[in-house]
Amino acid sequence: MDTNRIKILVIGNGMVGHQFVESMSASNKACEITVLSAEPRLAYDRVHLSEFFDGKSADDLALTTGEHYDELGVNFVTNEKVTNINRSDKSVTASSGKKYSYDKLILATGSYPFVPPIPGNNQEHCLVYRTIEDLKAISASAKLAKVGVVIGGGLLGLEAANAIKQLGLETHVVEFAPQLMAVQLDQSGGNLLKRKIEELGVTVHIQKATQDIVKGDKCRYKLQFSDGTHLETDLVLFSAGIRPQDELAKKFDLEIGERGGIVINDLCQTSDDNIFAIGECALWQNFIFGLVAPGYTMARVVASQLSGGTLQFNGADMSTKLKLMGVEVGSIGDAHGKTSGAKSYIFENQISGVYKKLVIDEDKNKILGAVLVGDTRDYDTLLQFSLNDMDLPESPESLILPQSADTTPMGAFELPDSAMICSCHNVTKGDIKQVIKNGTTNLSELKQCTKASTGCGGCTALLKTTVDKELLALGVEVKDDICEHFTYSRKQLFHIVKVEQIKSFDELRDKHGKGHGCEICKPAVGNILASVWNDYILKQTHLPLQDTNDTYLGNMQKDGTYSIVPRIAGGEITPNKLIVLGEVAKKYNLYTKLTGGQRIDLFGARVDQLPPIWEELINAGFETGHAYGKSLRTVKSCVGSTWCRYGVQDSVGQAIELENRYKGLRSPHKIKFAVSGCTRECAEAQSKDIGIIATENGWNLYVCGNGGMKPRHGDLFATDLDTKTMVRYIDRILMFYVRTADRLQRTSVWLEELDGGLEYLQQVIIEDCLDLAQELENQMQTVVDSYQCEWKTTIESPESLKRFRQFVNSESIDSNIQFITEREQIRPATPVEKKLIPIKEL
Amino acid sequence: MTISNQWQTICQQNDLINDSGICVLLNDNQQVAIFYLKSTEQTYAISNYDPIGQANVLYRGIIGSIDEDIVVASPLYKQHFSLISGECIQDKTMSVDVFETRIVDDLVQLKVT
Repeated sequence: MDTNRIKILVIGNGMVGHQFVESMSASNKACEITVLSAEPRLAYDRVHLSEFFDGKSADDLALTTGEHYDELGVNFVTNEKVTNINRSDKSVTASSGKKYSYDKLILATGSYPFVPPIPGNNQEHCLVYRTIEDLKAISASAKLAKVGVVIGGGLLGLEAANAIKQLGLETHVVEFAPQLMAVQLDQSGGNLLKRKIEELGVTVHIQKATQDIVKGDKCRYKLQFSDGTHLETDLVLFSAGIRPQDELAKKFDLEIGERGGIVINDLCQTSDDNIFAIGECALWQNFIFGLVAPGYTMARVVASQLSGGTLQFNGADMSTKLKLMGVEVGSIGDAHGKTSGAKSYIFENQISGVYKKLVIDEDKNKILGAVLVGDTRDYDTLLQFSLNDMDLPESPESLILPQSADTTPMGAFELPDSAMICSCHNVTKGDIKQVIKNGTTNLSELKQCTKASTGCGGCTALLKTTVDKELLALGVEVKDDICEHFTYSRKQLFHIVKVEQIKSFDELRDKHGKGHGCEICKPAVGNILASVWNDYILKQTHLPLQDTNDTYLGNMQKDGTYSIVPRIAGGEITPNKLIVLGEVAKKYNLYTKLTGGQRIDLFGARVDQLPPIWEELINAGFETGHAYGKSLRTVKSCVGSTWCRYGVQDSVGQAIELENRYKGLRSPHKIKFAVSGCTRECAEAQSKDIGIIATENGWNLYVCGNGGMKPRHGDLFATDLDTKTMVRYIDRILMFYVRTADRLQRTSVWLEELDGGLEYLQQVIIEDCLDLAQELENQMQTVVDSYQCEWKTTIESPESLKRFRQFVNSESIDSNIQFITEREQIRPATPVEKKLIPIKEL
Repeated sequence: MTISNQWQTICQQNDLINDSGICVLLNDNQQVAIFYLKSTEQTYAISNYDPIGQANVLYRGIIGSIDEDIVVASPLYKQHFSLISGECIQDKTMSVDVFETRIVDDLVQLKVT
């Protein structure tokens, strides 16, 4: 190893420690980085920790892997707690007894949860909420528990309460202060939040000081409060704030703040020039930053310093926007209006539960802070005003007053180039402009190369607006015409077809297009017509629009033969039907393979063989599987509670019902579902467009996942739904997708490009903010009611059957289709093999 | 049976499908794709063999236009072949045979050279 390389030793591999490793290895290759972590695993996403209870595994939450560190050339040791810092010889000693030397030492030891000194706080089921190990302990403890209490009504406390509620416990929050989230919200905001959370079934106790935790009468424990009241519970979760993990620094004489925290300067240096501290263990100007973004900034500052850069830490904005148990909460700057002379505007809608406060300075010129509860759509705009010190518009109240639905965030205001668009990855508007100037104009590519909007995702809508405005300013026309024959996007064509009641391609082309169409616009229009009117797709007027797969109701293979995939709803099949499939495959000499969607694929059918094969299948009770269409493919399922020891719901039954409901729906691209009968997720529902995971209380709905080329985990859309509500949501989501997606756009990309992302989709579907829900449901019901098996209709129509001939003037078969036997089944002959087979005389 | 340089009847007019293709077997050994464009009442004929996908499938492609050219998109890999010149638009080194067509007394005829 190169001995001249600077040795960097990082203690701690939390989110901030990991960010440092990434920044450091990106900015300086000539260093040797070693990471020591006391935890058993490498860095994971603590911000989304609660998703562990939604079924995400430790691997899902992981921010990195050993392989990735290996690739970066970073050494790492887990389960390695540092016990000594030997400042004189610049080395540390760890629990294993091993000694590690350093040139520069980075302390990223994070924080630990503060447990108030209440007698009885150290009992078995008194826990904290910080690491995956904590969550495992909570999970185990909750198994035999009925009631759970969170002590602490701050941001983390409410997240913890959500977690134990999801575990099915009767949930209480106990807060010492007179309101929830006292740091971020004012009293009115706190009151509304309390009301909303109580509506969700969590009991909130404010102004309660816990004195004692003793043995309970009905539950494991009893909390005794100072006012003489008490509360019985089986589980106590402490979430009363964090304390910096500064023990090591203290022990080895680094300067520590009066109330803890390793003192750092603007370069994030501690009192020892060779030792830096970043993240929640660090104290800057007597302040601990308990959020991830400032920690990331500190990580970048140190990486810059160690690679000859000049970046400094100048504090950080502590504004936050989040969703607590489905309640939107936002807080910006001086939320309490403590600045002298501060005045405020307040908007409250008690009917729908929205509270907004805008705090402005004495001169009515700048934003000082804001509180948003129940609706955070104004957050991005307000935050930009606050961060960029922008002058307020003439009537500042317009910033928080309800606006019409089509107002885009920041639409009317010009941001300075220094405006921070993505604070997770430190991307400014200037950075985005530069990337666009360099030629990247596509939003997803832009996200990839700047990383903007790939952290918490909170800036998605703002990013899109910024990019669109930039492109417009540069004179780049944002063109989404479908092809040369129509100057419209798929979404626009959909509206035209619907509004003008257009029923054929020719009609649409004559009115709104030109030329003879092409293989892009024809299937797209065919697909739109099918989604809107759900006609038989092989009707004479629609036939020329279909891709060959739709025309012949099978998937064309490389030799021009087709595959046959009957529907096997939910993957459930009787032995008799299985025998039929085997017999048909044998009779027509078809290659047989199981698909990834729990069905059986039969390959090698010539076009003229399709009708007799399907006739036999339909007579045996099969129907088309739509494997050829841009439509619902399969609803995969695990075996569920009927047989499985762990299942909590009947996943097979649910899968079959859903598959039968949505079969035949034509959509912009194929759609896959899966239903898992418990949180073990054997059906892999999170990789599907619609994923459903059973809970004790109903179903958790995931949306817009994808396997395949560009995997994406589905987003948790709603929890503990009853079947009826779930079906209504799926109706709405699918129909909204059918209406608004681009041609051949899977739901995953659709959601990522949807303005406002998941939250917006939830507003449209759950809160019905566009007043569209009923129409979407009706439209879906029309499609469901007009379902027909296309193969059944086809074999009953002599006119349609005429299509299934290789030659209109001969009974001969295509002599170019030839097979070779391999592993006891057929496969297409290669061009070389074909020459070896004597072509039989016709 | 080989007939040179003369019109040969290959099917009935009502075998044609509006804005779509069918396939005929010529002289028991050559596959020809026949397309009918309803708006112009034009019939086109090209060899059915896709030289890129190496399969007899062109009659199952979607027909359309690129500027003034009338084309079929191969159902296999979507390259366009001009129904007028036979040329592959994406790969000028590739082309398919083109046949002259006419309709006489409801019969579709090809000029065989």
